[in-house]
Amino acid sequence: METLTIEKQKKTTEPATQISGSKAVLEALIAEGVSTIFGYPGGAIMPIYDALYDYHEKLNHILVRHEQGAIHAAQGYARASGKTGVVFATSGPGATNLITGLADAQIDSTPLVCITGQVFAHLLGTDAFQETDVINITTPVTKWNYQVTDASEIPHVLAKAFYIAASGRPGPVLIDITKNAQLQLFEYAGYTSCDHIRSYRPKPIVRKEYIEEAAQLINKAERPFVIFGQGVILGKAEKEFKAFIEKAGIPSAWTIMGMSAIPTDHPLAVGMLGMHGNYGPNVLTNECDVLIAIGMRFDDRVTGRLDKYARQAKVIHLDIDPAEIDKNVKTTVAVWGDCKETLPMLTSLVEQKVYPQWLQRFKDLQQQEEEACIQPELHPDTDIMTMGEVVDVLNDLTGGNAIIVTDVGQHQMVACRYAKYNQSKSNITSGGLGTMGFGLPAAIGAKFGAPERPVIAIIGDGGIQMTIQEFGTIMQTEIDVKILILNNNFLGMVRQWQQLFHDKRYSFVDITSPDYIQVAKGYRIEGQSISDRKDLRSALQAMLDHKGSYLLEIMVGKENNVFPMVPQGCSVSEIRLK
Amino acid sequence: MSKQEFTITVYTENQIGIISRVSTIFSRRKINIESLNTSPSEVEGIHRFTIVINETEEVVKKLVRQIEKQVDILRAFYNTEDEIVWQEMGLYKVSTDEIAEKVKVERLLREFGARAVAIRKDYTVFETTGHHEEIDKLVKVLEPYGLIEFVRSARVAIIKESRGFHDRLKEFEKREPSEELVENEYLDKQDEVFTM
Repeated sequence: METLTIEKQKKTTEPATQISGSKAVLEALIAEGVSTIFGYPGGAIMPIYDALYDYHEKLNHILVRHEQGAIHAAQGYARASGKTGVVFATSGPGATNLITGLADAQIDSTPLVCITGQVFAHLLGTDAFQETDVINITTPVTKWNYQVTDASEIPHVLAKAFYIAASGRPGPVLIDITKNAQLQLFEYAGYTSCDHIRSYRPKPIVRKEYIEEAAQLINKAERPFVIFGQGVILGKAEKEFKAFIEKAGIPSAWTIMGMSAIPTDHPLAVGMLGMHGNYGPNVLTNECDVLIAIGMRFDDRVTGRLDKYARQAKVIHLDIDPAEIDKNVKTTVAVWGDCKETLPMLTSLVEQKVYPQWLQRFKDLQQQEEEACIQPELHPDTDIMTMGEVVDVLNDLTGGNAIIVTDVGQHQMVACRYAKYNQSKSNITSGGLGTMGFGLPAAIGAKFGAPERPVIAIIGDGGIQMTIQEFGTIMQTEIDVKILILNNNFLGMVRQWQQLFHDKRYSFVDITSPDYIQVAKGYRIEGQSISDRKDLRSALQAMLDHKGSYLLEIMVGKENNVFPMVPQGCSVSEIRLK
Repeated sequence: MSKQEFTITVYTENQIGIISRVSTIFSRRKINIESLNTSPSEVEGIHRFTIVINETEEVVKKLVRQIEKQVDILRAFYNTEDEIVWQEMGLYKVSTDEIAEKVKVERLLREFGARAVAIRKDYTVFETTGHHEEIDKLVKVLEPYGLIEFVRSARVAIIKESRGFHDRLKEFEKREPSEELVENEYLDKQDEVFTM
């Protein structure tokens, strides 16, 4: 063994052009401007971790407690920073533990580069220790994946990976590197980033005639309505978007993923679309005459029943992904392109307008929702607290400046319904996949992605228990994440459905919780639990004022429901206020 | 809209794993692939897939977009049967004795345009090329005479209207943004709403 080490040392002192595959990986990351990696070591990725030992000043590696935590953290990082998230994991279980995060990043278009170790190339297919067919397992949940078996491939494969992950419609890329390739020395000719792949067209040519056609439809419209998604944020087109709606004077509603692209109190902002969205935008989707969809994909949680969705409207769809055009909703005019380019073109062609009566319709419906849902949620006449009033007080204390990361379930819908935002990239949530357990690790990643901003994770008592091990990551990195557990002692969203659609047959939704404060204490995270309204404001303030991470558990009503709601199989205009 | 046979032509980079990336697009939607041929195209380094499925045009249209969206796919097209010239090949293994003894077999083979590709003492292998039904027919006909083994190739198809892939490829190799204006085929005035 000793001779081996000596030989290895000799080799690394050879001419500077000879470097190991592992070192080439790290050089690629540095060249791509990566500063933070979320990962977990293991047998097949040990050479990369060995090389990392010498790079700890340039690359900040965050040791998580589970690979799922690593990938959700990388997602949170990417969503908060607008940069590509990077993950390291070992072969076999390390790689399979990434699957949920890959699927989540794929459906929510989050740019990630995941690097997994793999057994030696000569062992591929032998059922070697910790061998799994990562490439095939991850194919449906990656934008691109590739297995490297020779070190000389590493620089250009990683260049491709970073280019693919972040360009066009972003998404997760996985690069699987066999152990021999990590160890292998090769002639390193430096790193060249990638800006072209012949089979890949991230940005289509914008066709002016369709923009003109879209502008004509908008200019003739009497009741135009803009619905927008994460495309505006991913395209870094918040300013262009705002300029467009302000000139055209069109009421605008966001999908859960588009939230925070414009300030929530913008005069043209009419709220959130979808199953638990606001009353006005859902009802009036079926009354507008021109529906302008921008960077959104008509998810079924947004459209409800498709054959009763906006049938009266002419539909303009701006999207960078041609596969989204006509996928769910038939388009009248498709503006295929990057909205950062297409929106200014459209803005220059639309007339300056206001639609006071039409906007008033949204306000009237908002008033109905206010009376039926919002007031009872924010100012309940019972002693038991609601999730909504917690978010409402939090808005007051943060002034809309915080990044709010949510998990999945009732608290997610409530947080997204009531949270106020005044800057983009502030709402980080698992929208498409609905991944419970996303919240805590994503919040950790978000804090690394935007260290100057306060990060608050709002999580239910179900979701927190799915990735609670990441308290360990908080403890070790001493990062400042505020954890707000809204505990209703139920898997609340499933319970709500069981109440409404399954005759209150509460099947396995009665979940018990540990003493979160004690658990957190074990991880050196301070916290407290409250159940009395009179403590709410001061407890939230104490959480925000605390230096470092803090856990605040708030006991809320056991059987509260989230309303309004578009029941499954119903049209958006059949949205129920109770 | 009713289901019919569509032939999908896909030009891909020659890379490991592409078959699986393409096939999951079908399997994920529980769509059966009737026939799949992959082979090098006339351009070096580029493979051509020919895929046959039974589906409605709306579904095929979306499938083709999902295929073309993949990073390593250059282009994907779909065509109905009358837009392509297509062929399949069949290989038939028959006892040599049977053919020698029964004049009728020889006549049948000639009638179907079959060609002997291997003649051994104990067996002979014939080949025919044609449409699916033609190849089927010869199987039926040969069955009573002791057809030992039969295999059919996947479909290969030439698109009648295509202008080849050579010059297209050059456009792809140009640096972005390409000068080529891609037809916006999504501009469709029908107000039909559908799901896949």
